[in-house]
Amino acid sequence: MQVTSSIRETLVTGGKTVRDVSEDISKQVEGKPSNLWWMAFGISVVLLLYGAYCFWILLWNGVGVWGLNKTVGWAWDITNFVWWVGIGHAGTLISAILLLFRQRWRMSINRAAEAMTIFAVICAASFPLAHMGRLWIGPVWSLPLPNAFGSLWVNFNSPLLWDVFAISTYFSVSLVFWYMGLVPDFAVIRDRAVRMGNNTRALIYNALSFGWSGGAKTWMRYESVALILAGLSTPLVLSVHTIVSMDFATSVIPGWHTTIFPPYFVAGAIFSGFAMVLTLLLVTRKVFHLEDYITIYHVELMNIIIIVTGSIVGIAYITEFFIAWYGQVPAEQYAFINRATGPYWWAYWSMMTCNVISPQLFWFKKIRTNLVATFIISIIVNIGMWFERFVIIVTSLHRDYVPSSWSMFHPTMYDIGQYLFTFGLFFSAFLLFAKFFPVINMAEVKSIVKATSEKKH
Amino acid sequence: MLRPPLKRNINMDSNKHFICGVYDDEDVLLSAVEKVRDKGVRIQEVYSPFPVHGLDEALGYRRTRLPIAAFMFGITGTILALFTQTWMLGYDWPMDIGGKNYASLPPFIPVTFEFTVLLSAFGMVGTFFIVSNMKPYGWPRTFDLRSTDDKHIMAIDLADNKLSKDELGRILKDSGATEVNDKNF
Repeated sequence: MQVTSSIRETLVTGGKTVRDVSEDISKQVEGKPSNLWWMAFGISVVLLLYGAYCFWILLWNGVGVWGLNKTVGWAWDITNFVWWVGIGHAGTLISAILLLFRQRWRMSINRAAEAMTIFAVICAASFPLAHMGRLWIGPVWSLPLPNAFGSLWVNFNSPLLWDVFAISTYFSVSLVFWYMGLVPDFAVIRDRAVRMGNNTRALIYNALSFGWSGGAKTWMRYESVALILAGLSTPLVLSVHTIVSMDFATSVIPGWHTTIFPPYFVAGAIFSGFAMVLTLLLVTRKVFHLEDYITIYHVELMNIIIIVTGSIVGIAYITEFFIAWYGQVPAEQYAFINRATGPYWWAYWSMMTCNVISPQLFWFKKIRTNLVATFIISIIVNIGMWFERFVIIVTSLHRDYVPSSWSMFHPTMYDIGQYLFTFGLFFSAFLLFAKFFPVINMAEVKSIVKATSEKKH
Repeated sequence: MLRPPLKRNINMDSNKHFICGVYDDEDVLLSAVEKVRDKGVRIQEVYSPFPVHGLDEALGYRRTRLPIAAFMFGITGTILALFTQTWMLGYDWPMDIGGKNYASLPPFIPVTFEFTVLLSAFGMVGTFFIVSNMKPYGWPRTFDLRSTDDKHIMAIDLADNKLSKDELGRILKDSGATEVNDKNF
């Protein structure tokens, strides 16, 4: 029997029954996509094609088409990589950490958030892959495979190699976790297809559901698998951004060489990830009429996480400055003064405004329960988090120890093109997911329908 | 109502007869399972659209050993990763990187951890699919198509029980079933 505290808000509104859940969610998969969907998909594919052209030019000519120079050897590519990986973190936080904490409000948002994780990690991976130059051998050389040079093995002491393992493990485990959640829901669509007499759909969704039957024994094993996957994913997601931050923190560049990087990066990742979840879900909710499943209460709870993680990020920015002053290392002090007042001051102050000030507006209940305000702030936060990575990477590099080599970074159309490529990839993948897969975890929502929708206010 | 398009998994010769109780509510179902089992009836399986907590205990199932499988796969990953890194950098081709030790434990931890998680997750999920006899081809034995929608189906194999069909039907009805259906495979 489900017991819900009386102080909790209703998670499923509109007096839905178990049957309504199947009906409302499966309808999206079974019906024809709306004109709005086609429009959004069209725009995403155009972005994808333009980006693919830029990507092709990059592969044909090499990394020289980017705006990198001898001083700024890492810029948009790694900025975008860290930004996308960070966005992915919210999906795992919602599905794994909130499962361990038994937070029921995760249930109607975890599916879309996990899908977002997977697509975001694919987008992220495209940047280091492109930066390796020769796409057809780079990924092979980064694995410990026997080779004709000795064998000369990969360097397991390097954080960049740890990143290869972290990102690929994170991607595959998240994919498995997401897919396991989908299995019972595919069976719902299969059985509905059988009842409607649509044999092709029944066959496809039966294969996707691995012939799910829903027996009590299978559910028992399934729940156990879900719990352990959550237990494995929780340290995994923390390790991924920790290792990403070590790409910087283990180096000796002023502004990078700090021990607060791992927690600071993880908080930032969750912060930007929740912002992206909100951006996506507010649109999905509107387009697919899911107002009864993704309620204002869900939005409010996510906004509270944004205040918490946003404030952690704000404290981290201030701590960095304090430690730079307190540590009395001239190079370190210069790096931070240069960030705030040097030629990239506009990037630094964009970051501060978007990340530190804008989420504080959510302290007002009126603002955090207002969908338009939430949507706007969620986009501002994403812009701010992009600037955070840009500030950390480019401003730390562009003035190194030798003033004669100081320089600026100017992105070329190919830098911008590959960023647009990932946007096209991300949104077309997400739209395809929203069309062909149930966007809300039906089995989990059904298990709370009785407990939440019977409750009277 | 249409038949499932694929019948590969259904053994047509066995000619099995089942009686199925249909339940609308998970709490009624839980008490029904206990009532039916108290009468000495052997339940084949209960099919639900969502996990019902306590159902496995009510049915008397043993706890799953999948966590043990996950642990074994995980520890295999740990050992494999530690051995591989130590052997590659410490023995097979030692490299002097900034004068550091050829093989030391701390830098090997991240990869070891990731590999542990990877093997544990994939091993456990693979084991789950194998022990649950789930595969992308072949159709499951469907007692009632509504069991993935909103109904809980309690299936009883007539060959497993001494009681007659009518008596079993009455027990199911008394326990709170909204419908009692025959199902033959």
